[in-house]
Amino acid sequence: MAKLRQCAIYGKGGIGKSTTTQNLVAALAEAGKKVMIVGCDPKADSTRLILHSKAQTTVMHLAAEAGSVEDLELEDVMSVGFGGVKCVESGGPEPGVGCAGRGVITAINFLEEEGAYEEDLDFVFYDVLGDVVCGGFAMPIRENKAQEIYIVCSGEMMAMYAANNISKGIVKYANSGSVRLAGLICNSRKTDREDELIEALAARLGTQMIHFVPRDNVVQHAEIRRMTVIEYDPKAGQADEYRELARKVIDNKKFVIPTPLEMEDLEDLLMEFGIMEAEDESIVGKTAAELAA
Amino acid sequence: MAALTREETETLIAEVLEVYPEKAHKDRKKHLMINDKTLESSKKCITSNRKSLPGVMTMRGCAYAGSKGVVWGPIKDMVSISHGPVGCGQYARAGRRNYYVGTTGVDVFCEINFTSDFQEKDVVFGGDKKLAKLIAEIEALFPLNKGISVQSECPIGLIGDDIEAVSKKAAVEIGKPVVPVRCEGFRGVSQSLGHHIANDSVRDWILSNRDGRPFEKTPYDVAILGDYNIGGDAWASRILLEEMGLQVVAQWSGDGTLAEMENTPNVKLNLLHCYRSMNYISRHMEEKYGIPWLEYNFFGPTKIKESLRRIASFFDDRIKEGAERVIEKYTPMMDAVIAKYRPRLEGRKVMLYVGGLRPRHVVGAYEDLGMEVIGTGYEFAHNDDYDRTIKDMGDATLIYDDVTGYEFEQFVERMKPDLIGSGIKEKYVFHKLGVPFRQLHSWDYSGPYHGVDGFAIFARDMDMTLNNPCWKKMTPPWIKKADETLKQAA
Repeated sequence: MAKLRQCAIYGKGGIGKSTTTQNLVAALAEAGKKVMIVGCDPKADSTRLILHSKAQTTVMHLAAEAGSVEDLELEDVMSVGFGGVKCVESGGPEPGVGCAGRGVITAINFLEEEGAYEEDLDFVFYDVLGDVVCGGFAMPIRENKAQEIYIVCSGEMMAMYAANNISKGIVKYANSGSVRLAGLICNSRKTDREDELIEALAARLGTQMIHFVPRDNVVQHAEIRRMTVIEYDPKAGQADEYRELARKVIDNKKFVIPTPLEMEDLEDLLMEFGIMEAEDESIVGKTAAELAA
Repeated sequence: MAALTREETETLIAEVLEVYPEKAHKDRKKHLMINDKTLESSKKCITSNRKSLPGVMTMRGCAYAGSKGVVWGPIKDMVSISHGPVGCGQYARAGRRNYYVGTTGVDVFCEINFTSDFQEKDVVFGGDKKLAKLIAEIEALFPLNKGISVQSECPIGLIGDDIEAVSKKAAVEIGKPVVPVRCEGFRGVSQSLGHHIANDSVRDWILSNRDGRPFEKTPYDVAILGDYNIGGDAWASRILLEEMGLQVVAQWSGDGTLAEMENTPNVKLNLLHCYRSMNYISRHMEEKYGIPWLEYNFFGPTKIKESLRRIASFFDDRIKEGAERVIEKYTPMMDAVIAKYRPRLEGRKVMLYVGGLRPRHVVGAYEDLGMEVIGTGYEFAHNDDYDRTIKDMGDATLIYDDVTGYEFEQFVERMKPDLIGSGIKEKYVFHKLGVPFRQLHSWDYSGPYHGVDGFAIFARDMDMTLNNPCWKKMTPPWIKKADETLKQAA
């Protein structure tokens, strides 16, 4: 058995992390790899396409029912879906109460203590909530957890800002541990020169654009049926794209400590590609009335 | 006469601070001063109410301790919930000796630990539902409670539990005040912020509850503020006030009740004992209700007489005569105490390190017994406390703010006091050094020390500690024997 590879997927909220992760995982499973997904988002929607379920019962909800996390067994929280993919959701509170970050920490510690990673596995994927707002959501990239980080992004400005910020977070943990940036996954939004732009950003970060996933409606068709494209329409061209991504991930050797950009450099890059216009200092702080005058 | 001259004290400070790294040295230097009675303000000579240095042994507590332990906890007919994990409430349970009258668990609740006992799931999913359930259970099991306060422990602030919403809803349901208090332990630098937060929550949720409701007033109504009835202190104070003709409407908060606090806006004068922990609410009542407040000191005959006369000056001749009558009645008793103990204590030197008031308030009582306070300091005072201390301490005495374990030990070894008055955390360190020690937070399980009754007990306790024959037996026989052998050989 090859060494277990632990990967975390980060990226701006709504960029398609969960969809991309599950399609990638399905392609890996199809290729014969043994994979586990750990959803690290209180919304618990990281495993629905694999399990065909609305939302998996989560570690934290089961723990709350049972009294504490110590009262749970691994099989209580783990479900098996398409292609033998093992699924766990950390879970957490509804928005506005409690501490979701603590939920992630508790759930991941539980999985580790229960030996979830000691089983016959090739890959673990952590699907993490959009913004790394506190220590809890950085849990998957701390010592002895995920060593490879993939950032899902697109050619939109905010997605690239987020990718750069996440890289800053990786630097912090990379210097003290073994976590490395493994690549950008471009989940296309069909913006102009998107592939070139992400390639350029990847180069500046010292990493690679591991794959350009084009936009295709079949993804939505599959999602409505709570399925991955790999399972819903294995012959679709989009399925091959995910297979290609899976192959590149399997063969990936380029793991780096990223070199995040200064804000000015990032803005220069965006301007170079016409995403952002040069700032006009003379209009800063002026109201509409003042500008009209 | 101070133990050391100004120059000697300066050298002492310099030598003690020498071991610190540069940054710590610079910081700690600002927290030490040599008293100069001519100064009006302490601002230029001492820094206070700042964060303690990491790595030093500080004696400070936290905001939760200041709110739950000091201000809210002693209100006897209210239940204080320690909202959060079990430890804060359990380890602080019944730790303060605030005496009260009543049947614990029936109509008074001070010594019981009420806690929401947070588990991991409560941190993750929020503790609001558990809090609501806890309040309902308290109401069912302890129906004679008059109200509830929710004392926040650290996790409450971290997860942003909406205790205000739960409290408001619960207050309507049980028809009693339910007070949310944001006294998370990580806030501020010491328990001092907890006092302030507690005062503010009393102001916002309690103080005006009975505004506009009838109250049978007399021209002699006063309230005792900032007396926590340690060992019965407030009772000993109340005797004097009542005998001089005043009507004590409320005790804040030792042996106090919710009703007393709600009725306090009706009084003529607020009598403030612990300035540090209750000046905030005193100032508020002055602003909102026009009630003047007066700091007083019932430690030792000199300060008692001075305070009684100053209190009387706010009232008519009846009270002024009452004060003189009280002084006349008790002076022979206090003189007898002095006659008995002063010869046994005369000239002995004391060093103090207490909380926010006693480092200056007990000085007079020691002086009445012929003793001298050569060093004093506060755990959590602000500069207005030091302004007041300058006048109460002798010239060239040493004053230390948030003193570290190391500094205090060094000062004691070099200044060689005959007695130390401080807390439980210091006590056994100095016992092992062979220095007589009295706890001045808990009165070493004795008290009261306030008032005339208290002075007799204070004097007796100091004598029995200082003149205890045990201090002559600090050298074990084998070392003694070796010493004698050496002497004989020489």
